[in-house]
Amino acid sequence: MSSSTPFALLTNAAGISWAEVPAWPATDFVRATAAELDRGARLCAWFGVPEDDGASLVAVIAFDADNTLAVARSTPFSGSFPSLTLANPQAHLFEREVWEQHGLTPVGHPWLKPVRRTDGNAPAVGDFFRVNGREIHEVAVGPVHAGVIEPGHFRFQCAGEEVLHLEIALGYQHRGVEEALAGGPHRATINQIETAAGDTSIAHATAHATVMEALAGSETPLRAQWLRALALELERLANHTGDIGALANDVAFLPTSAACGKIRGDFLNLTALMCGNRFGRGLVRPGGCRHDLEPSRVAQLQERLKLAMCEIEQAVAWFWDAASVRARFENVGTVFPAQAREIGLVGLAARACGLVRDVRYDHPAGWHRFAQAPVAVWPGGDIFARARVRTLEIQRSGEFVREQLAAPADGEICCELAAPGASMLAVALVEGWRGEVCHVALTDAGGRFRRYKIIDPSFHNWIGMTLALRGTAISDFPICNKSFNLSYCGFDL
Amino acid sequence: MFVLDTLVNRLKRGCETMPYPKGPAPALPDRHGGALKVEAARCGEGCDDCIPVCPTEAITRLPSKNVALDLGRCIFCAACVEACPQDAITQTGDHRMAVRRREDLVLGETGNEEVRLADALDKKLRKLFGRSLRLRQVSAGGCNACEADVNVLGTIGWDLSRFGIQFVASPRHADGLLITGPVTKGMELALKKTWDAVPEPKIVIAVGACAIAGGPFVGNPQILNGAASVVPVDLYIPGCPPHPLTILDGLLRLLGRLEEKLDVATNAKR
Ligand code: SF4
Ligand code: SF4
Repeated sequence: MSSSTPFALLTNAAGISWAEVPAWPATDFVRATAAELDRGARLCAWFGVPEDDGASLVAVIAFDADNTLAVARSTPFSGSFPSLTLANPQAHLFEREVWEQHGLTPVGHPWLKPVRRTDGNAPAVGDFFRVNGREIHEVAVGPVHAGVIEPGHFRFQCAGEEVLHLEIALGYQHRGVEEALAGGPHRATINQIETAAGDTSIAHATAHATVMEALAGSETPLRAQWLRALALELERLANHTGDIGALANDVAFLPTSAACGKIRGDFLNLTALMCGNRFGRGLVRPGGCRHDLEPSRVAQLQERLKLAMCEIEQAVAWFWDAASVRARFENVGTVFPAQAREIGLVGLAARACGLVRDVRYDHPAGWHRFAQAPVAVWPGGDIFARARVRTLEIQRSGEFVREQLAAPADGEICCELAAPGASMLAVALVEGWRGEVCHVALTDAGGRFRRYKIIDPSFHNWIGMTLALRGTAISDFPICNKSFNLSYCGFDL
Repeated sequence: MFVLDTLVNRLKRGCETMPYPKGPAPALPDRHGGALKVEAARCGEGCDDCIPVCPTEAITRLPSKNVALDLGRCIFCAACVEACPQDAITQTGDHRMAVRRREDLVLGETGNEEVRLADALDKKLRKLFGRSLRLRQVSAGGCNACEADVNVLGTIGWDLSRFGIQFVASPRHADGLLITGPVTKGMELALKKTWDAVPEPKIVIAVGACAIAGGPFVGNPQILNGAASVVPVDLYIPGCPPHPLTILDGLLRLLGRLEEKLDVATNAKR
């Protein structure tokens, strides 16, 4: 139960004054966080806020079963603090980041090294974990990959075909997004948020808009919330369809791969029908949406959605009918539920391990307070399960959009927002197609961003892929990678 | 049985590849807007309504006092179009935007109201690459949307390979690079090495606002503001991300495979 927590409680899409966030000395703060995580809370965000000669740490945790979020912070300090990772592995990357960004050392962290810092003209990745032995060989891949995809570096420790360990070094895409957001909102803020992870523009823009609305203490018109919910599901449909196609391609099942390539484009074009841009740029804005859906556009959407849904259903049916496809996916790239819980997996990767974790359902905000799609869960944790969850979500998102189009919300599509409140902290969670997108904004006395923290689902989930690879053949890497399809730029920020 | 299903389905659907460029180009989404046109001559006296609204500072005032809009920096948010009281900045609905020289993207002055579309490669290179162009794609800090829309060109609807254009896995197999992203510091070395590994003669294509000038991140200390800071660029394709049609137009134009008379601009001003 969250009611007895010493943390300050809030709900998704709400703000709280910074003074009301309980503060303890670092050691107590770490202990308190560990205690909450032990009781079943989940770490959504953990980051530093620069203070005069040090920083304070902030924790945002989620009690999914209670639809509640909770925040706490440490008093400002410099130097070191006892590592939370030892007790709770889900903190491992957050602590590396805090060390890199604020020079605070988590004492006892098992693998402290840079996350995305650059050293001259390449990331400072540090040493790789090494397995020794006469039979062991090391495979290094990237940063420039063989396909048209983003850069990252993968280091496999193999015994023959079998992968003993995979370590992933990212940071190549680091564009300095969080630094640029500080002191904002600036005129380019929303554009930078939309491109934090370009295939997740709607989810990130919605999270940002929600934070801005929480800071202003106002609610955006219902019709805008409705539009955002539609666009969010269209984004999910396009990306899941693309991934099913990519998975099919990697097991050489071409009918589905060819069909999905086209249908994905059809879904992107539905987003473009709403706002002109295939990735939803320029649709969601703090205070509302920039484009409305007139009845004729709704009719067009309905008709084109219906067609695309029929086609995807068929393409996916071929896929699941083929024993050859199922055999390639079953028991490959498995993350066990206990591991998934420990490392704090989110989104479809978590749901494919049987964890019922979905922000739209656990922490409903915006339109999801009124309308929800059933959560798609599958046990197994393997590639098969991740592909299954994708197909289930395609069905349910399609159905959700169909239902919502039939019953539009009335009213304005945007409202004038007041300036962000001073010295406030606001949190927004949105279930993007990969999983939980978390934005936390902290304002200064003038209402400017003192700290703006973005956590893309990829930040939680990359470690899941390294675990999934253990004990599989290195030749299974491509399908395993596709089954997660995590973001590099969303991680690198 | 799926074998029969897929075959029957395939037959029913027929050829799904679009007729363009032999036939008309597919229409852009009606809210897309296409390229911008800037007629600085129409600007009102002392008006600078467009300058502060642009998120990427793509609009500046020249010493001649006229506004100039750099389509290479532009992310096509249309804020300036909404802000301009004189209709000096308008959307053309035209998908064609690719240019050979960076300065051809600067719009405003009389005669330069629109982009000066790309010329084809010289005869020698066209002979080499015109029917078979292999590209190595380097994603150098992009948000993945440009990459996604480059990938789209490989799907059945666009079928890029019918023009002999292919993406290859190794720079050693490539005739050039297609670069997306603003080139982060983290990717500088990797991009340089990839470029060095491509055999001469080679070309470079910069796709998207990021690769041309830094896009939404222009000026951030972690990026180098575009591909040209590391390698020489032969073709610039604006957009954030460019529509697949815009990318295809640029590639075909570069290879001299689009004759202007055949290029039915179905998307002309609405
Ligand atoms: S459309 Fe381009 S030039 Fe105009 S405001 Fe937007 S980014 Fe600036
Ligand atoms: S130009 Fe725009 S779409 Fe392309 S990589 Fe940059 S931000 Fe993404």
